[in-house]
Amino acid sequence: MIRTLGVLGFLLVLEAAGRLGLIEALPPVSVVLVTAAGLAVDGSFLSDVGATLSACAAGLLIAVVTAVPAGLLLGTVPAVERSVRPLVEFLRPIPSLSLIPLAMFLWTDSHDAKIALIVYTCSWPLLINTMYGLADVDPIAKDTLRGFGFGPMAVLWRVSLPSTAPFIATGVRIAVSVTLIVAVSVELLAGGGGGIGAYLVQAGSANRVDRMLAATVWAGALGLAANALFTAAERRLLRWRWAT
Amino acid sequence: MLEISNLSHVYGSGPGAHHAIEGLNLSVAEGELLCIVGPSGAGKSTLLRSIAGLIQPTGGEVRIEGKLVKQTPDNLAVVFQDYSRSLFPWMSVADNVALPLRRKKMDKQQRRAAAQEALESVGLAEAGKKYPFQLSGGMQQRVAIARALAYRPALMLMDEPFGSVDAQTREDLEDLVLQVRGHHKMTIVLITHDIDESVYVGDRVVVLSKAPAHVVGDLKVELASPRDQITTREHSDFVHLRAEVGRLVRGLERTPA
Repeated sequence: MIRTLGVLGFLLVLEAAGRLGLIEALPPVSVVLVTAAGLAVDGSFLSDVGATLSACAAGLLIAVVTAVPAGLLLGTVPAVERSVRPLVEFLRPIPSLSLIPLAMFLWTDSHDAKIALIVYTCSWPLLINTMYGLADVDPIAKDTLRGFGFGPMAVLWRVSLPSTAPFIATGVRIAVSVTLIVAVSVELLAGGGGGIGAYLVQAGSANRVDRMLAATVWAGALGLAANALFTAAERRLLRWRWAT
Repeated sequence: MLEISNLSHVYGSGPGAHHAIEGLNLSVAEGELLCIVGPSGAGKSTLLRSIAGLIQPTGGEVRIEGKLVKQTPDNLAVVFQDYSRSLFPWMSVADNVALPLRRKKMDKQQRRAAAQEALESVGLAEAGKKYPFQLSGGMQQRVAIARALAYRPALMLMDEPFGSVDAQTREDLEDLVLQVRGHHKMTIVLITHDIDESVYVGDRVVVLSKAPAHVVGDLKVELASPRDQITTREHSDFVHLRAEVGRLVRGLERTPA
C-alpha cells in the first residue's frame, strides 16, 4: 500500500512539474503513459519487441545448453579446469558491449550478431555458477550414492547436478537480466534486425521523446516481468531449497 | 564374511603424512553385529571407508565374501552419521529410499513397494510422501536406515549412526537396529565412540587404538536377548563389559601411541 502511494506520489510530482513547465525538455508523465498504452497495440512496435525477446530467448537457451555442460566438465575434471582457467580469467572481465563491433563484423546479419553476443555474455555467469555449485556439493551426499555402488556418471547426474541446480538457477537469473541490456545495446548500434533499440533510435531521430520514453517504459516492464517469471519458476522447481 | 588383513592407510606423504591405520587385522562372521569403538581420531571412519571401497587403502586388503574390495561392492550399504547430508533434500522420503534400488533389476513399482516396506519396518509407514526436512532428526536417520534396509545388503556399515540425535532418540534407534537385524539376515558393522552403546548393541566389540589404528581389544558380548534399555544396562555382565571396554579405550587415551 505505502509502496503504491510512493510510486503514485512520484508520478504526480513529475506530472505536475511537466505541466507547470518546470521540465521543458520532457513530455509530462501522462503523455508518456498514453503513448506507452498506444504502443501495446502498435503492430510495428510489437514486432520490435518480438525481435528483441526472441533474440534474448534464443541467446539464453544456447548459453544454457552450452555453458552448463561446460561448467559441469570444468567442475568435474580438474585437469581441464586448470588448463582453461587462464583463458577464462582473461576473457571474463572484457566488457561484452565492447565486443559489439567485432560481433557485427563476424555476423553480418545483425539479429545473429545480437544472439551471438547474448550467448557470450550469458555464458559467464552460467559457467561460473555451475562450477561454484559443483565445488559446493556435499562429499557425504556423493559418498552416500557411491556407497551403494553407483559410478561417477550416476553420482554426477543424481547428486551433483541436483545439488548444483540452485546455483545454476541463480546464474540463469543473472543471465536473464543481462540479455535485455545486450540486446538493446546491439540494436542501438545495428538496427537492421529491428528490436526495441532500433525503435528507440527511430523515435530519437524523429524527435519523438514521448515515444522514446514510452518504449523505455516497456523495456523496463519486460525486464521486470522476465525476472518475476524466472524467480517464480525457480521457487517452484527448487521448493526443497527454499524450505530447508 | 568380512576379512581385513594387514590393512594400512596413510594420508599424504613425507614428514606430514598421517598414518590413520597400520597393520589392522579383523574378521567378522556372517550375521554378526560387530561394534567398533575407539578414541576420536582413531581412524574408525577411515576403516569404514576402506571396507566400503570409498577409499583405496595404501596397504593390506579387505575381502567381503571372499572377494577383494576394489570399488564399492554391490552387496553393501552405508549409513552415515550426518543424515541431513546423506538424505537428498530434493527428493521425497520414498524416493530417497527407492533410489539405490535402481542398481537392482527392479521396475518402478517394485522399487516403490520395497521402499514402502522398508519405511514400515522403521516405523515410518506414513512418511513416504514427505520431504526429509519435514521430519525430525531421529526420523531422518530412520529414513537413512530404511534406505539401507531396502537395498537388502549382505553387509551394512554404520558410521556413528546415532551421533547426531538426542539421548532418547538414540536409545530408540539402538533398539531399532537390534530389531531390524532380527528380520533381515545381514552382517552389521557399527562404528561408535560410545562405549555403552557398543556393548548394548553388539554381539562383539572391537576396540581400536589411537591412530595409527590397530585392534587392541576383541570382546564377545554375551547378554540375553532381546535386550532392553533398562534391564540390560543394569545387568552385572553389562556393567562388567562396559568397564572392560572403557578401560581399553581410556587406557589408550592416557598413553598416546
